[in-house]
Amino acid sequence: MSDKPKLAMYWSASCGGCEISVLNIHEHILTVDEVFDVAFFPCIADFKVHHVESYPDGYIDVCLWNGAVRNSEGEHMAHLLRQKSKFMVAYGSCAYEGCIPALSNLTSKEATFNTVYFDNPSIDNPNKVLPTESVQVTEGELTLPTFWNTVKSLDQVIDVDYYLPGCPPEPPQIWAVLQVIVGALLEGKPLPPKGSLVGHSGVAVCEECPLEKSEKTITKFFRPYEIVPEPGVCLLEQGIVCNGPATVGGCGALCPQVGMGCRGCYGPLPGVEDQGGKMLSAIASVIGAGEAGMDEHEIERQIEAVVDTIVDPAGTFYRFSMAHSLLERAKVNGKGE
Amino acid sequence: MNEEKVGVYVCHCGTNIAKVVDVVDVATWAGEQPNVEVAREYKFMCSSLGQELIEQDIKEKGLTRVVVASCSPHMHEKTFRGACERAGLNPFLFEMANIREHDSWITDDKVAATQKAKSLTNAAIARVVHHQPLEPIPVEINPNTLIVGGGIAGITAALELADAGNHVYLVEREPSIGGHMAQLDKTFPTLDCSACILTPKMVDVGQHANITLLTWSEVEELDGYLGNFTATVRKKARYVNEEVCTGCGICIEKCPAKVLDEVFEVGMGTRKVIYRPFPQAVPKYPVIDKENCIYFLRGKCKACELFCPTEPNSIDFTQKDEILKLQVGNIILATGYDLFDVKRIPQYGYGRLKNVFTSLEFERMVNASGPTDGKIVLRDGKTPPASVAIVHCVGSRDENYHKYCSKICCMYSLKFAHLVHERIPDAEVYNCYIDMRTPGKGYEEFYHRLLEEGTNFIRGKVAEITDAPRIPAEEGKLVVQVEDTLIGRQRRVPVDMVILSPAMEAKPDSKEVSQLFKMGCDFDGFFTERHPKLDPVATMTEGIYIAGACQGPKDVPESVVQGAAAAARVAGLINRGTVMMEPVRANIDQDKCSGCRICNNMCPYNAIVFHEDRHVSEVITALCQGCGTCVAACPSGIITGAHFTNDQVFSEIEGILWDVRPEKVLA
Repeated sequence: MSDKPKLAMYWSASCGGCEISVLNIHEHILTVDEVFDVAFFPCIADFKVHHVESYPDGYIDVCLWNGAVRNSEGEHMAHLLRQKSKFMVAYGSCAYEGCIPALSNLTSKEATFNTVYFDNPSIDNPNKVLPTESVQVTEGELTLPTFWNTVKSLDQVIDVDYYLPGCPPEPPQIWAVLQVIVGALLEGKPLPPKGSLVGHSGVAVCEECPLEKSEKTITKFFRPYEIVPEPGVCLLEQGIVCNGPATVGGCGALCPQVGMGCRGCYGPLPGVEDQGGKMLSAIASVIGAGEAGMDEHEIERQIEAVVDTIVDPAGTFYRFSMAHSLLERAKVNGKGE
Repeated sequence: MNEEKVGVYVCHCGTNIAKVVDVVDVATWAGEQPNVEVAREYKFMCSSLGQELIEQDIKEKGLTRVVVASCSPHMHEKTFRGACERAGLNPFLFEMANIREHDSWITDDKVAATQKAKSLTNAAIARVVHHQPLEPIPVEINPNTLIVGGGIAGITAALELADAGNHVYLVEREPSIGGHMAQLDKTFPTLDCSACILTPKMVDVGQHANITLLTWSEVEELDGYLGNFTATVRKKARYVNEEVCTGCGICIEKCPAKVLDEVFEVGMGTRKVIYRPFPQAVPKYPVIDKENCIYFLRGKCKACELFCPTEPNSIDFTQKDEILKLQVGNIILATGYDLFDVKRIPQYGYGRLKNVFTSLEFERMVNASGPTDGKIVLRDGKTPPASVAIVHCVGSRDENYHKYCSKICCMYSLKFAHLVHERIPDAEVYNCYIDMRTPGKGYEEFYHRLLEEGTNFIRGKVAEITDAPRIPAEEGKLVVQVEDTLIGRQRRVPVDMVILSPAMEAKPDSKEVSQLFKMGCDFDGFFTERHPKLDPVATMTEGIYIAGACQGPKDVPESVVQGAAAAARVAGLINRGTVMMEPVRANIDQDKCSGCRICNNMCPYNAIVFHEDRHVSEVITALCQGCGTCVAACPSGIITGAHFTNDQVFSEIEGILWDVRPEKVLA
């Protein structure tokens, strides 16, 4: 290989969208190819783990890790790539804060297996076959990684240098971050402090959202299919749950502009510990129920009626941030594991 | 981590803390915690010597943060902040751990209490290193005061303040000031004529240049904070022009419609539809009772207008409610009390047995200007009773109704006994009491006077009042069934008249009123004082004071004392002109606000403005009261509550959970 800086990208519990997002930076990908040697990137080039194992420590300059850590294979690879990489970037929402896979932290491994292998309507599994970690076949032993009870963000497993939010990160932000890295590697320019969240605007999504915002009082929430939003008006005010106020921008507020409330994929603003909690608190603050002098129970009843129109609050407010939230996971059967 | 040098001081509080918490252990342990430069324990940290200990360590050891583990910050936060300040340390670099009210006073378990003391102290240490120096915010005090309620407590407060040269707005719900005291005939124990001592004060209020009297008015909204309140007052239409009315009373005389007076005469008498509640009412202007006015009901009559001698005519049927906005610096609530509804105890027969009276009905009856011209008679209006039973503790000291002692009932029941003896010398009087409670100057002496006057005292709670006779002597009588606990026997006392002495209780709308004025009220509905012993007229809301029976059962002298005390507190603030307020305020990071506007209608003090041009919200510091509502609401986490930052609060939580932090979540 040449003397060019080495780039790696690896996935664990993820959908593959992050890999596509890297390729989605269009012609800039040519610059990336020009600047870097690819040292490990299973999605686009044929590398094996033993190649990585053969590298000296710190051989890879930048490793973009996407995906949450869900099983022993993920953990093994995270440690391996940490050892072989100078900079470890938690790339995308799964690596940064758990994302969709981490919603299974609301339940147990057993329940997840039941759903996936037995209960789903499309499953036909009359013999109740479950994946096992080890099985003997004529050719010898076959193994599978251990499936954990809890999904973790990358930084709950290894030390992470930078976080790049988004599900997936948006091309302009990816390119901006790559430019900073390239500038540092080739020209010695300064890098942001270790542990920084990079590739975002620092201000909530609403800043980038052109919809008109007014004071808010919400008396009913709608799921996206239940309402045709009035154009030009803040979706939250119309009762469409929009996590924009609790989500750091940089994405360009793409979703609210097409009538879909912000899902919250960029995660909380820097300094906020719990995005879901923050959004819940904000929602609770603008619920329009009761009036002065009304009986407490009646006010409570009215508040509950409004809150009941939010379907799946945990999945709505913690859709991306469960693993990294203050909650980390739900207690199942009285156990926090 | 942090360079701060923390001094930790663990107080014994005599034995209050030390008898349960091992204070030496806590101090030793605290000394080993990160950032702690020195940790000491001392008998009384609040003493001069205790405070000097802190001052000395700040100077000599260069402490940059101070933690005192002792009592509630309500007690001594100010004390220790003062000690820090004297030693040159910003007072907000101090934190208090409450190991008394929250710890030693709630358990006898020494091990658990010591462990908890460590947790609380550790929380304070973890928090205090994140404290930032803050400077108090000066607030100007508007010298005008709003007083709500024109009973004796409100009147006293108004006169005290007005006489001292301050302007007062006195708002009263009824057409006249005077309150319950105006309904009474005599006051115990001196038997002063109630009206004779009250009406001069009412007249003073009515004529005082510094008092704006707003009767037939109610406060509807309150905005603002200490020094700068805006009260919205609805001045209900009187249909009488106060500018021209001379109070001659011809309209009242000529009004053809009479209704039962359920307020002032408690249903014992009638009043006209255009009326003054009583002859000495202040102000003198009558009010038209719209609900019963023939003109308002049928569009015809106008007798009052026809006979009104003033030019222009004082009667104005077109008058509308007025909404006034009053700017005041302080507020005194003296909203008074109601009497327990005796119908809630059906076995006492009120409403069913016609000669069972309530105390207030009897007060009106014995009043010379009352419905019977002061004659004590049965419901028929002519027959004087030959025997009267007075029932104490109706609805008070009773598990089923109010557990509290209503405090004044023994004394007014004794007064009733005296008045019966005085007006009907031959009548037999029975006072049925649980315990005779007569603490007060001259009160016990009054009781002894009644013992000599020949009153029959029966120590026992009345079980029932019935008109069903068992023996001929009970025929046509009311029979009081009572256990006489002194002779250990059930008694049936046949009498002609029964007077029930009901408990004083909070006004039915006291909860709404407390919400309106943003202060607390207890389960019984009485307003909560800042401290039951040492701060009885202040509330937890700065600038809002309470006086009289709205705080709890009270007699006239106590209400007067509280009225004057509240006035003195307010006058003190007015004199200072400017007060320094806690700099605990919210602040919106203008660079990071996305203008989502979630916070915009949250602020109870209307302190948040939205800048349309820049699309950001901003907290007006002068209006902010640091309640933290917007801080919690801000989904972006960019509103910071000074002294309650994320760093400070999360560190405190981490600190308190030092011994129970779970293992990191694995697999």
